[in-house]
Amino acid sequence: MKGRIHSTESFGSVDGPGIRFVVFVKGCPMRCAYCHNPDTWEATGGTEMTPEELMEMYDRNKSFYTKGGITVTGGEPLMQIDFVTELFALAKKKNVHTCLDTSGIAFNPDNPELMKKFDALMEVTDLVMLDIKHIDPEKHLDLVKQPNTNILKFAAYLDEKNVDMWIRHVVVPGWTDDDKYLYELGYFIGQFKNLKALDALPYHTMGKKKYDELGIPYRLEGVPQMEQKALLEKKQVIINGIKKRREELGMLKKDTASNN
Amino acid sequence: MRDEWKDFVPGKWDREVNVRDFIQRNYHPYDGDESFLAGPTQNTKDLWAQVLDLQKLERERGGVVDMDTKVVSTITSHGPGYLDKNKETIVGFQTDKPFKRSLQPYGGIRMAEKACSDNGYEVDPEISEFFTTHRKTHNAGCFDAYNPEMRACRSSHIITGLPDAYGRGRIIGDYRRVALYGIDRLIEDKEEQKASTGRVMTDDVIRLREEISEQIVALKLMKEMAASYGCDISKPAKNVQEAIQWTYFGYLCSVKEQNGAAMSLGRTSTFLDVYAERDLANGTFTEEQIQEFVDHFIMKLRCVKFARTPEYNSIFAGDPVWVTESLGGVGVDGRHMVSKMSFRYLHTLENLGASPEPNLTVLWSTRLPEGWKKYCAKISITTSSIQYENDDLMRVVHGDDYGIACCVSSMVIGKEMQFFGARANLAKCLLYALNGGVDEVTKKQVGPKYRPVVGDVLDYDDVMGKFMDMMEWQADVYVNTLNIIHYMHDKYCYERAEMALHDKNVKRYFATGIAGLSIVADSLSAIKYAKVEVIRDEDGIITDFKTTGEFPKYGNDDDRVDDIAQEIVHKFMTAVRRHHTYRNGVPTTSILTITSNVTYGKATGNTPDGRRKGQPFAPGANPMHGRDTHGAVASLSSVSKLPFNDAQDGISNTFTIIPGALGKEDKVFAGDIELDLNK
Repeated sequence: MKGRIHSTESFGSVDGPGIRFVVFVKGCPMRCAYCHNPDTWEATGGTEMTPEELMEMYDRNKSFYTKGGITVTGGEPLMQIDFVTELFALAKKKNVHTCLDTSGIAFNPDNPELMKKFDALMEVTDLVMLDIKHIDPEKHLDLVKQPNTNILKFAAYLDEKNVDMWIRHVVVPGWTDDDKYLYELGYFIGQFKNLKALDALPYHTMGKKKYDELGIPYRLEGVPQMEQKALLEKKQVIINGIKKRREELGMLKKDTASNN
Repeated sequence: MRDEWKDFVPGKWDREVNVRDFIQRNYHPYDGDESFLAGPTQNTKDLWAQVLDLQKLERERGGVVDMDTKVVSTITSHGPGYLDKNKETIVGFQTDKPFKRSLQPYGGIRMAEKACSDNGYEVDPEISEFFTTHRKTHNAGCFDAYNPEMRACRSSHIITGLPDAYGRGRIIGDYRRVALYGIDRLIEDKEEQKASTGRVMTDDVIRLREEISEQIVALKLMKEMAASYGCDISKPAKNVQEAIQWTYFGYLCSVKEQNGAAMSLGRTSTFLDVYAERDLANGTFTEEQIQEFVDHFIMKLRCVKFARTPEYNSIFAGDPVWVTESLGGVGVDGRHMVSKMSFRYLHTLENLGASPEPNLTVLWSTRLPEGWKKYCAKISITTSSIQYENDDLMRVVHGDDYGIACCVSSMVIGKEMQFFGARANLAKCLLYALNGGVDEVTKKQVGPKYRPVVGDVLDYDDVMGKFMDMMEWQADVYVNTLNIIHYMHDKYCYERAEMALHDKNVKRYFATGIAGLSIVADSLSAIKYAKVEVIRDEDGIITDFKTTGEFPKYGNDDDRVDDIAQEIVHKFMTAVRRHHTYRNGVPTTSILTITSNVTYGKATGNTPDGRRKGQPFAPGANPMHGRDTHGAVASLSSVSKLPFNDAQDGISNTFTIIPGALGKEDKVFAGDIELDLNK
């Protein structure tokens, strides 16, 4: 089987734990306003590669990845779920840590055939970095042109499967930085025991250049970058939501709860 | 055992000159973190403020505060010099004043004159006359022996940066011996060596006897020089302050007499730590005092200066001294060699601020202790002043008491030395291969009149064959030129102070070097995998190329081109190995020019890889800028495939990365959510 690959990065240090070999796949149904990889949207083009070829690239430099592993991102990896499953199965055979960076958009609990595929993928996935773009259904639809219903269900599914989960959230001034929703997001993800980390990403304008090159209108024209200090405050809002939910569910450790 | 050695574990070292044995029996590996370190004392701050003022003055005066024009520098030519005698715990300058550059004409009088005149000074005419008429210099010797071909290669820059007009450097004395044994014991040892030379007076034996005599003179002068600072170094050092001071005196003597291209320090930290541990245990000194000694020592190393010309500075990008000190590493018995003193050395970058000198070099191993690795990373991030080298690779060849000279040249301290040999411009050699030895810039016939390529499209096998032939020629003229240079350097500019701190039978590396590796690899790759058409000028000389199609580029972990790079290194080394080398030096090569790549680029025409005439080469073994498109690991991987056996003098890779690409900035990322909830 072949996957449609946009590119590979041999030194990924921000896409999962440790230094990682990162595979960017082609194709994504989402149209996030702030997406910095619009060149991966189309499911055509790129290079067709087999899981074996990619693992060979990994193996060549595996001494760099002893504390890392392999990450598939994109694009939306779940659009090529069979391919990713095969790649991760191969990686797991070699005891390589596998990480899926996804928006969860392809998840659909009402489709039993698809669910079998997800179950199989989760068997060979060590970590999912789930990017929740917005907690509010309508805002989500506006921001990324897709609903978030199944994305939120995907988080619950991961918890059920006991697959480690990191939540990523891009904070865009004026778009995704409303404290109300950030708190709600925290409150929502706070219920999952598989939640291991929260990665709040600051919006930056470095992706704009690609839009110009591709001739795609840039929806966030004029939106400023997210500043570091403000980002930390926003992140704390999410964490407050997590804490609240965990308190209610009795999930906080005793000494942690007493600090509040 | 002598009094000065009280509490030390005895061994071979107390019967013979053997610093490694002393270290191995006595050093304390340190597994902790940096929390024990002490900040700068008021005296340190005051002295450093003085140095900063002098640096400012130096910049204001266009690069030089003061220069000697009358006194030829020797070990004892100058009286003592101080910043502030009452505050300095470690003393000694090259001349009688800090920042006053000494006059060192033995490498070449014209270079010494020019270094002065370019900076607005004039060498005393009597000295000029003396070194022109009565005392020959290294430079004059070289030009007496060069043949026309060597001169032509030199001026066309197919061989560049040759140490024929300046000191070759790259020799590290075992300065620790001064501290451990004291000068008297070292003189005794040298007398024995001299008495044990061969009885048949061949050239080699005569030269050795003369050299040992010179070394003994140097040792005696060292004592005299130290005495002028009120120190008696005839005996071993009694405590850590003396050990640092004695070691520094040894080094100071070498920089008083040699203006070398790299004047490195060696591997002193863990040696000195043995004294520090003893003093801490006995209550002789506190941690704060010991850090003060180290700060003052490092401060002195930062003040080493040489008289140099603007041309020299442009080859080496500034006027580096390369006071390289090697830190850490792992011993052959498996114990790591990081000590508290290794931390104290790095800590000077915090106490005194960031600095390129001394060139603190961490001998990296996967087996180094975590606390040290973290501290190195921290200091790298805050000061960008640390160099890293692969100890796991070099330990196999050199054991655990080697040091780095300059940036990558490894040698066992006191047992091995190097004849520094600058480098061959391989990119130009490739162009000579295409043009039958005609220089593409000057249009002169420099190389042999081999058949140039015919036709308009380059054929890989044809070019490769011609390139190999031309490389054979280049290696030939290169090695022979170096033979002359080192013969003359030994004869007219002998490093008596450094060699006095070496064993009798020294292993000599005969170093060569390569510049332009990535250009040649990419050019050959273009010829092999794309279509390269040649463009000839009105004289029929190929001066430009038209390349159509894609080709794999070095720096992307692509074997198609990385194999070419490896093959070139191997072929070059093989060509070098076929030659006779002066004093049976062991031939090595390096791929390391991290400063002169700009100069070499200026002298080299268009190349088939698309690089334009005059454009800088990539530094060292780096891929060409912007051509490595698969991330850092793929880029590093291409470099790391180069065979160390064929480039034993070192392979360097200059690596820059924005902090954000090294991982999440602190606090943004909560790797463990429960930690975060505690805030």
